[in-house]
Amino acid sequence: MTRIAAAVVIVLVLAQASFAADIKPVRIVTPNNMIVLIVDQPSLPIVTVNVLVKAGAVHDPDALAGLAYMTAGMLDEGTKTRSAAQIAQQIEFIGGELATQGAQDFSTVTLRVLKKDVDLGLTILSDILMNPIFAEKDVARVRGELMGQLQGEKDEPGVIAIKAFDEIVFQGNPYRRAANGTEKTVPKITRNDLVQFHHTYYRPNRTIVAIVGDIREHEALDVVRKHFGKWTKKDGVPSTFSPAVPLQQPKLKLIDKDLTQANVILGHLGIDRKNPDFYAVSVMNYILGGGGFSSRLVNRIRDQKGLAYDVDSGFQANVMPGPFTVQLQTRNAAANQAIASVVEEMKRIRTEPVSDQELADAKAYLIGSFPLRLDTTGKLAALLTLVELHGLGLSYFEDYPKAIRAVTKEDVLRVAEQYLHPDVYALVVVAKQSEAKINPEMVLGKP
Amino acid sequence: MVRRRFVALIALSAALFAADLSEAAETGPRVQETVLQNGLKVLVVEEPKAPVITVQIWYKVGSRNEIMGRAGLSHMLEHMMFKGTKKYAKGEFSKIIKKNGGNDNAFTSQDYTAYFENLAADKLELALEMESDRLQGLLLDDNEFQLEREVVKEERRLRTEDNPQAYLVEQMFAQAFMEHPYHWPIIGWFNDLNAMTREDLKQHYERYYVPNNATLVIVGDVKNEAVVSLAKQYFERLPKGAPPTSPEIIDPVQRGERRVIVKRAAQLPFLYFGYKVPNFMSTDVHALAVLENVLSSGKSSRLYDTLVYRKKIALAVGASYSELSANPELYTFYAIVKPGAKIEEVEQSLLAEIERIKKEGPTDKEIQKAKNQVEAKHMFEQDSIFRQAMLLGTAETVGAGWQYIADYVKRLREVTKEDVKRVARRYFQEDTRTVGILIPVPPTAEATPVAGGTP
Repeated sequence: MTRIAAAVVIVLVLAQASFAADIKPVRIVTPNNMIVLIVDQPSLPIVTVNVLVKAGAVHDPDALAGLAYMTAGMLDEGTKTRSAAQIAQQIEFIGGELATQGAQDFSTVTLRVLKKDVDLGLTILSDILMNPIFAEKDVARVRGELMGQLQGEKDEPGVIAIKAFDEIVFQGNPYRRAANGTEKTVPKITRNDLVQFHHTYYRPNRTIVAIVGDIREHEALDVVRKHFGKWTKKDGVPSTFSPAVPLQQPKLKLIDKDLTQANVILGHLGIDRKNPDFYAVSVMNYILGGGGFSSRLVNRIRDQKGLAYDVDSGFQANVMPGPFTVQLQTRNAAANQAIASVVEEMKRIRTEPVSDQELADAKAYLIGSFPLRLDTTGKLAALLTLVELHGLGLSYFEDYPKAIRAVTKEDVLRVAEQYLHPDVYALVVVAKQSEAKINPEMVLGKP
Repeated sequence: MVRRRFVALIALSAALFAADLSEAAETGPRVQETVLQNGLKVLVVEEPKAPVITVQIWYKVGSRNEIMGRAGLSHMLEHMMFKGTKKYAKGEFSKIIKKNGGNDNAFTSQDYTAYFENLAADKLELALEMESDRLQGLLLDDNEFQLEREVVKEERRLRTEDNPQAYLVEQMFAQAFMEHPYHWPIIGWFNDLNAMTREDLKQHYERYYVPNNATLVIVGDVKNEAVVSLAKQYFERLPKGAPPTSPEIIDPVQRGERRVIVKRAAQLPFLYFGYKVPNFMSTDVHALAVLENVLSSGKSSRLYDTLVYRKKIALAVGASYSELSANPELYTFYAIVKPGAKIEEVEQSLLAEIERIKKEGPTDKEIQKAKNQVEAKHMFEQDSIFRQAMLLGTAETVGAGWQYIADYVKRLREVTKEDVKRVARRYFQEDTRTVGILIPVPPTAEATPVAGGTP
């Protein structure tokens, strides 16, 4: 029985590895130092373009938190030659999709069009990246929308919790600030700030473009040259930041809100994407709480006790070390019990080796499901830009399965010890505190 | 002058493109249908672009098949489908799929319950074997049910109780539908969840989980013959059941606008209203779909342009209509009020846009844009095998038939300006409107820290 299972796993791994390995992106550096990645997939007459610009919220001044987010949000709100309404009208008339988003490490613009509309799509895409105008009246409107969004977030306990968590865990590091800013900083962002931010950070040498779909390599290069050729590069932008100061002792933050559930986030600093332990950490986290119904946390907190609909753990491996978090929601009165169970599971995976079966299952999932992460043009384009951002190399699609396969039980134990801190963590609980009655003795696992 | 020319150019190129797109758009997914001897319908789309498949089994049962006092039974049963059969113990289903590199889950709506596995193409047999096993072999252990009831209650707290907007949506539907089961929420009321028994679940399962009440949809890197042969091998042993009857409940004619107000601690006022409209059975549905696009699709749509861009009184605004429901449903509108704006003004502006399209209809350009958007979307949807299977499964399960999806673009292209104006006038009637309004009241407890620090 076990033998058969092992044979099946090997066959699967080979089949999957060959598909992923078949993805051979072409990588080109343009004369103005923009990186272009192309994957020709002619099966449907569509083209997806994913643009990543190293213009994220990490570059926000403290007093202007939200600047990068608002800059990205305003790219499609008017250029030197097109009003906001014209941009929307032109792209939507052809059924195209254009979206912008600001995040911590970078901002993105994504475009999806039918093959016949690639040139028009790139015309608009390059225009909003290179020539946004940030008209005063639009700045005022978008600022108002952003203030409304920030106010609306106070109805979302999960958002309240993660924002409080980041402030505690990322002391001294830009990740402590929410990408979309605060009600104090957003009103201070002026047109001039947006113009300056764009001028400094939106440059071809800070940009990665992935083009995936029904397009030949030379066609892709032609449109890139035509539309981005005149974009001028700018060097010398500082991009190092002070690292977060790790917590010295556990920290508890309780936020009172009239809710039926306690929204819990527990965690601490994690790893960056370049960390060679990324793969071992992925396997370890899958077993702990990343693997859905196959994970220890779901098994214990949901399946055995019925305490939560959802509980999961994760390492967000960013350019700098991101957070490790365990998140769950449970009825107020069960919060203490659920949190104590989380801490116990963190301790257990640090002290006892995982079983052979757990290790094999985790690796089989991570390797076997890899193609599912590449099976649409949108998923592949997004992943390509990240592979480039983190310098993982064009052989990533072959390397990933190999790296996962190489992880051992000893690796899992070692990285659990090294990267999980069940004694020193931040714990944020947004709940009706009179019902949750959080007991610090119980939830701040004693050393 | 320059601008006019530009518009004319766009219109011209659109006409040219419409011609060269039509062939591709109409190709659509190539569906192959087989009906097994026990009535199970198998739909296959061969899509070899990546070595992966989605396996989905759709049951014609959802909250519309429940009776008063047992709201949420179908969804609860969906949860129990993961709690073990004689062959596979509790939790094994998902664990086996995962260790085979797949993802699995399920979803329940008013009209259907569906289960899916996304996995490597060579795992087809595994998924079929396990789905066939739980079609009739479910344990429904009472202890597991007691535990899972608590999980579902947590799900309700998460999705509805602690979410003011979702809470209003639930209240609005309960007003819009009085006798039809669309009255109650898919997840159920707390009282009904508490009252539910294992026996209820067992009856529901035995009645609706029969091969002749299900559709198997498989899209991906497979051959139809291989799928059909495996489907026969695993599913044909299951006996056909008594054909489940559908509830024939017709909600009484609504005679006058209904309004429901929710006052609770919240940050932003929220408006959500709906009109009674027909489902796929009506020939008006394609014009209604174009109408939806004109009103709310994208930033160039009328609602966004008026309420967000020009009047600056809403943070978000939209309309939603899907004809793929088993019984006639609602054409809904929503708006999140921008801080400082009045909810009355937002409602009046929305209604004014509705009146305007009833009077003037859409422009030629709006009609062309809507058609272009639908055609492009149709193509984009084929990029995802999961999405393709979802569309086919939905159309088949609600009774429209999968051919409905294949014919959609063609039908939509026939819609005229006059059609859109006519359906707007016919269905956007004050007397069949139900309006829900969320009015924020001061919280009993502010979202501020009350304690904390370091022990």
